[in-house]
Amino acid sequence: MTTPDNTPTSGTTPGTMSYTVAPQRKLFGNIMTGLVIACALLAALPLVSILITVITNGLSRFGPAIFTELPPPPLVDGGGLRNAIVGTLTVMVISAAISVPFGIMAAIYVSEFARDTKLANAVRFGINVLSGVPSIIAGLFAYGVVVLATGTFSAVAGGVALAVLMIPIIERTAEEGLKSIPLEVRQGALGVGATNFQTISQIVLPASLPFLATGVTLALARASGETAALLFTALFNQFDARSVWQPTATLSVLIYNFAISPYKNQQELAWVAAFLIMVFILIVSIIARRLGRRTQF
Amino acid sequence: MTTADRSAFGDDTQSLKVARTIDTGFFWLTAFFALAIAGILLWIVYELFTIAWPAIQKFGLEFLTSSRWNPVENIYGALPQIYGTIISSIIALLVAVPLGVGVAIFLSEDFLPSKVVTPIAFLIELLAAVPSVVYGLWGIFVFIPFITPFLDFIHTTLGWIPIFSTPPSSRAMIHAGLVLAIMISPIIISISRDTLASLPPQLRQGSLALGATRWETILQVLIPAGLSGIIGSIMLALGRALGETMAAAMLIGNANKISISWFDPASTIASLIANQFAEASGLQVSSLLYAGLVLMLLTLAVNVLAEIIVSRFQEVE
Amino acid sequence: MTSPRMQSNSSAVDTDYVLEVEKLNVYYGSNLAVRDTYLKIPRNQITAFIGPSGCGKSTVIRCFNRLNDLIPGARVEGRVLFDGRDLYAKDVDPVEVRRRIGMVFQKANPFPKSIYENIAFGARINGFKGDMDELVERSLRGAALWDEVKDKLKESGLSLSGGQQQRLCIARTIAIEPEVILMDEPCSALDPISTLRVEDLMHELKQRYTIVIVTHNMQQASRVSDMTAFFNAEATPTGGRVGYLVEFDKTQVIFNSPSQTATQDYVSGRFG
Repeated sequence: MTTPDNTPTSGTTPGTMSYTVAPQRKLFGNIMTGLVIACALLAALPLVSILITVITNGLSRFGPAIFTELPPPPLVDGGGLRNAIVGTLTVMVISAAISVPFGIMAAIYVSEFARDTKLANAVRFGINVLSGVPSIIAGLFAYGVVVLATGTFSAVAGGVALAVLMIPIIERTAEEGLKSIPLEVRQGALGVGATNFQTISQIVLPASLPFLATGVTLALARASGETAALLFTALFNQFDARSVWQPTATLSVLIYNFAISPYKNQQELAWVAAFLIMVFILIVSIIARRLGRRTQF
Repeated sequence: MTTADRSAFGDDTQSLKVARTIDTGFFWLTAFFALAIAGILLWIVYELFTIAWPAIQKFGLEFLTSSRWNPVENIYGALPQIYGTIISSIIALLVAVPLGVGVAIFLSEDFLPSKVVTPIAFLIELLAAVPSVVYGLWGIFVFIPFITPFLDFIHTTLGWIPIFSTPPSSRAMIHAGLVLAIMISPIIISISRDTLASLPPQLRQGSLALGATRWETILQVLIPAGLSGIIGSIMLALGRALGETMAAAMLIGNANKISISWFDPASTIASLIANQFAEASGLQVSSLLYAGLVLMLLTLAVNVLAEIIVSRFQEVE
Repeated sequence: MTSPRMQSNSSAVDTDYVLEVEKLNVYYGSNLAVRDTYLKIPRNQITAFIGPSGCGKSTVIRCFNRLNDLIPGARVEGRVLFDGRDLYAKDVDPVEVRRRIGMVFQKANPFPKSIYENIAFGARINGFKGDMDELVERSLRGAALWDEVKDKLKESGLSLSGGQQQRLCIARTIAIEPEVILMDEPCSALDPISTLRVEDLMHELKQRYTIVIVTHNMQQASRVSDMTAFFNAEATPTGGRVGYLVEFDKTQVIFNSPSQTATQDYVSGRFG
């Protein structure tokens, strides 16, 4: 922690007290202020551009057919994203089914049972490192564990890959939520003879529900657009997947495949898919924000 | 035996025994899940290692220094990809660090009323939530056409500098680097902003009370005080940039060569895997996993370093 | 619900003791927090623990319901006998202990649930099989809170004022019919009027429960308690502080003619 040890010397002259800041100091301040405002505008520019292009390009093809029809082969017009929408939802449900119990249970262990122990710190460290694992590595992992073992690309493999990426997000927000419940409330429950399980399941978890829900929604937002982890796990499918053990189309992989294709119709569908994902993420972020505000302590 | 009437509570011992059993089971269940997370990390490394083993055995460390990636001859080396991964991340940091820290200062030091800051902070979170594949899509159809005239200008005026020495290709290192910069700046902004906002107010007041201007306070007191938090955010952003796949795969051009010019196509480890994995077999798969392992260790090192820096900052607090 | 063994005179030879503390040492990590404490808490009386901050009075009271178990590194030596049984024996379940020895905390800590559920929670997990509505009403009446909350039982316990929250916590404690109620500075966060209400309540509760109260407030101890234990702290050679029991006697003795000068100094305000 540094302390302010540099007393300003300019601006005041001995004997005559001046009440205006020296012009060069003021000018420097104004230049810096201008610079950070420029930074903010520059940072806002791409976001605005992305939002506008995704919305305009997405809406130009948006219609009921998007939800009911399959993507057409090259050089055929029309079509929709039915299989990819269903596929994305399927993969997300599978990944949530894996990552939610993992994340929440681990958070309970770290914050309720092993608080401030070496083991808890080790687990937390592991979670932080896990959150930095590149998504393509998560994809390779699920490829090795699920695809090679079952002999097929599948929604399950995609779900496992996404779960690896979601667990840290869910664990962190859940832990934050559990920590927001004052220790006194736990002691109160233990004081009337509750076991740890009764205290956690009936008092602590219900009270931290907004946080848990925030974590899950944020993780789903991340998963909805995740691509690299799905490239060789869920792979892709031109048609509807008939089971979770088949290659499955997802919106994100469809964007990748169609964006680099030379066909205009496919490029348009890629924009619609991007639009759908962005709308989903926007809704989920707003829900998460609302939930985050509904805390009791 | 006592003055209190506990008759309505029945015989405790049985129910207590059940509650105790559930309690113990619950404890071990949570412990299992917590340790499993640490286990996943080791499992990932193990999994990559076993699949990559044939390539590791065959090429050894030469894999890291050789530039040949030849599926026909079954000889693989990942130097261009390692180079591309590092250079594209450096480009991203060169742009994102000043931009991100600048915006963080702008948002945390009372330049704006909090009513305005809150929605802006929300927008930045949203920017962080935009999927990388959407950045890639936007990069192909909007960003590259937009930036090309500027890059042409830079090439014609500053072409004597080696990194600008070739005419800008339609997919190039510079495109991937710049889009990566846009992607990682929200990370730098949000963590740096939190860091600056969490500094004790006495620090700011103390400096202002000595007659320092706002900017003197920011640059000479606050930024040094929050430096480790800011550096931590930069390291986390670097970790993200190194491992980012989709934007790189869609924008960098996937050329298996090392060019000094940023305007030439290049390739990263992640984009290499994304491009070749689906069609690969045998030793090529092993080699791709070997490259993945290198990437994993690279990001692991960066993230662990970031972790240590950030936690040291929290201790100082 | 009358007590068959009402004590008319606490100095009687055959005084019935609920809690007996023998050679109690409490450690936090390697630091000794309280040393060598011997105490006998008489049944159906109010026993007050007084003393300066850091003298270990809260530490001792937290041994009675094994709440110190929750603090990592805390270790208890010696014996705490409850109805003649060692609370720290290997086969004693701390959960069982807490079902029989209730606690009211310094800061009111209602559960983030409805007022009704605040009371029903403890009863339910303790296997209560009777009429829950009746129990809730009885407990709230017992805590002198019923009239204020009877129309809003479904509202959150956190919506009540500080004094009401503390009485809710007392109500939830008496709902599980403990034998002893421990109170750890229950009034330190309350205004004088709420404090008075809680003190009145303690006088009523004493008919049926043994109460041990930790308090900073000497007037409160002299007003409510029958017995008073004075704790003090002294510096250790290693630079820490260790608490110990100075004197334990009838409240009027402690406040009027204590045998120790330290006690005399403390109760007359000439301390430190």
